[in-house]
Amino acid sequence: MEAAVLDTLDPLIGALRERGYAVVGPMVRDGVIRFAELDSAADLPVGRADEQAPGVYRLHERGELVFGFAASPDSVKRWTHPPRSTLFRMRDGVPEPAAVRAPKVALLGVRACDLAALAVQDRVFLGGRHPDEAYRERRAALFLIAVTCAVPGGTCFCASTGTGPRADSGFDLALTELTGPHRFLVEPGGERGAELLAALPSRPAGDADLETARGVGAAAEARMGRHLDLGGVRERLAEGRESPVWNEIASRCLTCANCTMVCPTCFCVTVEDGTSLDDGTAERTERWDSCFTLEFTELGGAPVRSSGAARYRQWLTHKFSTWFDQFGTCGCVGCGRCVTWCPAGIDIIEELERLR
Amino acid sequence: MIPTPYHVRSRRPDRADTVTLTLEPVEGACPSFLPGQFTMLYAPGVGEIPISISGRARSGGYVQTVRAVGAVSRALCRARRGDVVGVRGPFGTHWELAAAHGLDVVVAAGGLGLAPLRPVIRELAAHGARFGRISVIVGARTPSTLMYPRELARWGRDFDVQVTVDHPDRAWKGPTGLITKLVGRIVFEPARTYAFVCGPEVMMRATAGELVRRGVPAGRIALSLERNMKCGIGRCGHCQLGPLFTCLDGPVLTYDKVADLLEVKQL
Ligand SMILES: Cc1cc2nc3c(=O)[nH]c(=O)nc-3n(C[C@H](O)[C@H](O)[C@H](O)COP(=O)(O)OP(=O)(O)OC[C@H]3O[C@@H](n4cnc5c(N)ncnc54)[C@H](O)[C@@H]3O)c2cc1C
Ligand code: SF4
Ligand code: SF4
Repeated sequence: MEAAVLDTLDPLIGALRERGYAVVGPMVRDGVIRFAELDSAADLPVGRADEQAPGVYRLHERGELVFGFAASPDSVKRWTHPPRSTLFRMRDGVPEPAAVRAPKVALLGVRACDLAALAVQDRVFLGGRHPDEAYRERRAALFLIAVTCAVPGGTCFCASTGTGPRADSGFDLALTELTGPHRFLVEPGGERGAELLAALPSRPAGDADLETARGVGAAAEARMGRHLDLGGVRERLAEGRESPVWNEIASRCLTCANCTMVCPTCFCVTVEDGTSLDDGTAERTERWDSCFTLEFTELGGAPVRSSGAARYRQWLTHKFSTWFDQFGTCGCVGCGRCVTWCPAGIDIIEELERLR
Repeated sequence: MIPTPYHVRSRRPDRADTVTLTLEPVEGACPSFLPGQFTMLYAPGVGEIPISISGRARSGGYVQTVRAVGAVSRALCRARRGDVVGVRGPFGTHWELAAAHGLDVVVAAGGLGLAPLRPVIRELAAHGARFGRISVIVGARTPSTLMYPRELARWGRDFDVQVTVDHPDRAWKGPTGLITKLVGRIVFEPARTYAFVCGPEVMMRATAGELVRRGVPAGRIALSLERNMKCGIGRCGHCQLGPLFTCLDGPVLTYDKVADLLEVKQL
């Protein structure tokens, strides 16, 4: 199946629902574009655009695009690596694994950077000696519908990390929103996507559609205001452990952990153990954790990384340096979330430059 | 990530706050382990912590020594004979005894660090002919916190065993002060020596530094590092030390691989 053109997204949403998927996509919630379950295309944030800058996120009314905004604080991580999950229960000395919650979810509007983050997660969760089978199940239950970024966000830099703004693999279907007239170019990324697309009322894409679509990604790239020169960053961090810059950043960082929560590749977790008061069943829950907390490195009554400087150094060095040592790839995909959602407006691009 | 139920087969209080447990699977056999490896021990409903395996019991179970310092270790120390605890593992790297064949051997233990070195010393005692001169140096805070005093006395018949304490009591007649002082009191040929070092990080750095100063190659000094661990399999992220996951790449690592990292404060 070749590329096709759709006039509306309702048949796509309907077909996915018929196939048993909950369709999850962008929706405006409390002034922020979050990912939530959609009933129809009418739930999508038509004509809404986001203003993103270090420490700033605002929604405006602008234009007529359905996908005229950039990264949401939610990323695919929320579905592949949920914020909380029960691992097992133990009763009368017998542990029973908890059933893995791997609902069939179609994610509509996934950005290229998020697909790149998923590829990073695959290395983290599946590439090592102890593959995470729950992750594998949850990931396999996803149907991924990418969308080309037409408007770059104010904090993102995917062109520098080579992870966007146009996705070329890793999706089931990829949409590019075109105007005049308003329509979507749909390209299948594999058999599953092609099969679904074939079932939709669509018309074949013409050369003009394809060409205009290429132009959308190229224009977004050209307008991306931010650039990170990755050359030498890995080595700079490995050698810059004693740099005075860490202390200076720490004087601004609130160690709130926002950056690690919104980052689509951060994977650290902790566990909570407890016992039910009703029947004495012991239970273990895994939840997201952050290297910004003091308990994270607790050892013999004191944290190893007691200073904010040490914790900030760990975060930035892990993303851009030791991630390569551990997983053979960069830990950052240039989505800009950590910059937008940092209440102190700390900008990792500027900090990496200052560490030069 | 699911613990296997083990019975507490025996429980032996060692010191005021330290208990040695023998653990056997409720069903089936104990997986084999190598000296230096650890398990994640689970006190049901309370929590799970990394504990080194300090030996294999005659019955085949794991011998593990736990010091009560917090919620989970206290719950494990309170476990009675017949109770069920959870075990995952064994995990991590091990002491490379074969790397020490034909060389003089220095075993240096600080405090509870003697627990993970116990299987090494037993191996040295069983196969002494494979090694050169063997010395065991031990540091403890006080005479009453010295681990395995009876075994130490027994090992003293096979090789040079020396003990120092920080705070002597009236009955103490041995040396006092830092374990690094004992390095000068044992006999070894530095260029042909392998060292196994385990204890608090400051003690390991000081001991390794002293051994290097005397000419022992850093690549022949093995340390066992301690970091917060929630999973034991490189997933929780807590145990990172620079590029290393202490649970997967360690806990046992040679000094040449970690000297730079340990130099950096709060890494
Ligand atoms: C590889 C390895 C082997 C170990 N072997 C032994 C052993 O043989 N015997 C023994 O008694 N202890 C051993 N320890 C230390 C033991 O894991 C800690 O004493 C234990 O985690 C403390 O947990 P707690 O809940 O009782 O204490 P709390 O102080 O309540 O713990 C709070 C938090 O800090 C963590 N934590 C605190 N101290 C340590 C520590 N020293 N190491 C790692 N995490 C810590 C706990 O996991 C928990 O997250 C070992 C640690 C490691 C990493
Ligand atoms: S480090 Fe920041 S910009 Fe990079 S992937 Fe994480 S959140 Fe996005
Ligand atoms: S860098 Fe910003 S978002 Fe991250 S912990 Fe510090 S203040 Fe919070």
